[in-house]
Amino acid sequence: MKRIFGLSLATCALAAAAFAGSHANPALEGAVKARNAQMSVIAYHTGLLGGMAKGDVPYDAATAVAAAENLASAAAMKRAVLWIEGTEQGAVAGSRAKAEIWSDAAGFEEKAVALEAASSAMITAAGTDLDALRAAMADVGGSCGACHKAYRGPKN
Amino acid sequence: MRIWHGLLIALGLGVAGGLYITAPAPLDAGFASDHTADTEAGALVFAAAGCASCHTAPDGASEGPQVLAGGHAFASDFGTFYAPNISPDPASGIGAWDLPTFARAVTKGVSPDGAHYYPAFPYASYQNMTDADVADLFAYMQTLPASAQPNQPHDVGFPFNIRRGLGLWKVAFMPDGYVTPAPDDPVLARGRYLAEGLAHCAECHTPRNAVGALLTDQWMAGAPNPSGKGRVPNITPAALDWSESDLIEYFTSGFTPDYDSAGGEMVEVIENLSQLPEADRAALAAYVAALPPIPSP
Repeated sequence: MKRIFGLSLATCALAAAAFAGSHANPALEGAVKARNAQMSVIAYHTGLLGGMAKGDVPYDAATAVAAAENLASAAAMKRAVLWIEGTEQGAVAGSRAKAEIWSDAAGFEEKAVALEAASSAMITAAGTDLDALRAAMADVGGSCGACHKAYRGPKN
Repeated sequence: MRIWHGLLIALGLGVAGGLYITAPAPLDAGFASDHTADTEAGALVFAAAGCASCHTAPDGASEGPQVLAGGHAFASDFGTFYAPNISPDPASGIGAWDLPTFARAVTKGVSPDGAHYYPAFPYASYQNMTDADVADLFAYMQTLPASAQPNQPHDVGFPFNIRRGLGLWKVAFMPDGYVTPAPDDPVLARGRYLAEGLAHCAECHTPRNAVGALLTDQWMAGAPNPSGKGRVPNITPAALDWSESDLIEYFTSGFTPDYDSAGGEMVEVIENLSQLPEADRAALAAYVAALPPIPSP
């Protein structure tokens, strides 16, 4: 089943690529836009938590937990339909995805799962107290950085 | 005839003088002998100095104790440098070294047999290390696992492959200690020690001249990335408007003020800095925020 699913995804990507010819491909572009939106959702909620971690905004447990829950939901979005092949940097405008995401799929998956785990842990930490939140923040940031280092290309 | 004698004598003196000034400096055998080494403190020195970022094997495991087997390649304008094995293995690593030998290597850039190291090894920064930190670091590194992985020679072309020439380089280009003036404030002083010493920020964030000397009048004003991709950013207030709390958060979690995450080599730098006491990250932030503003070159 998994194999068929994988094949059909590949077929979709191929079909989309064939459809597009030399011009921009709406299906692949859509995936990149959705991923970038996902990153914005993650950044927004991390920002709410980070404002408290820095002391710029007073700690509020209810706000922190709500932010952490949205962060965890965004981190847990199914990767199979977002990270489709053919959407690496250079192939689609706005993408900074390295080709290693697909050539080293297991490594990418491991890093993505680490973000899911750190984000889930943040829900509990955010509701506990500011110190717990700050400690969890370092883990969330660490998982972002580890994945970006390995699988995100340069800005320009 | 007399002229020839004179020339020969002058030549002889020149060679002798050249040999003299390029000769590696010796170090006191009683180095830090009044200090009781503390491996826990050494672990923090190790993190602040970022040793593992270069000296762990490129394919090494990210979990567990760090194996400093070396082998990581560093491209530069002068060739490719390979980080050596500095694990406690007596043959391939530094297991046979004593503390003064280690201290001379780290703070003077001189090997046990008296050869100059290339400044890819940031001894120009590590020269500012306190004797106690060097001793603690050495003690900590001996607790790490040994690896027998052989060292890979650097791939550096003429004339940079003449190591004796590095002695001249040191005399002409190595800053003599700190670059920014000594601050009165103890937090800023600690920040300066971390930034200009252990964490060796300037080695990447300050531009260099054609022979690799740091341009200290453009201190931390950003530089081309030696890997060839993009630039290492200007971190002086002329280009970086982050608050001290922004900087502390960045050093802790790697998040920028707009909640992007650190990229490139800074990911590993933050892995290291996040292990330090918060007071150290605050000191580093205070130092960066107080840097003289210098526009990007």
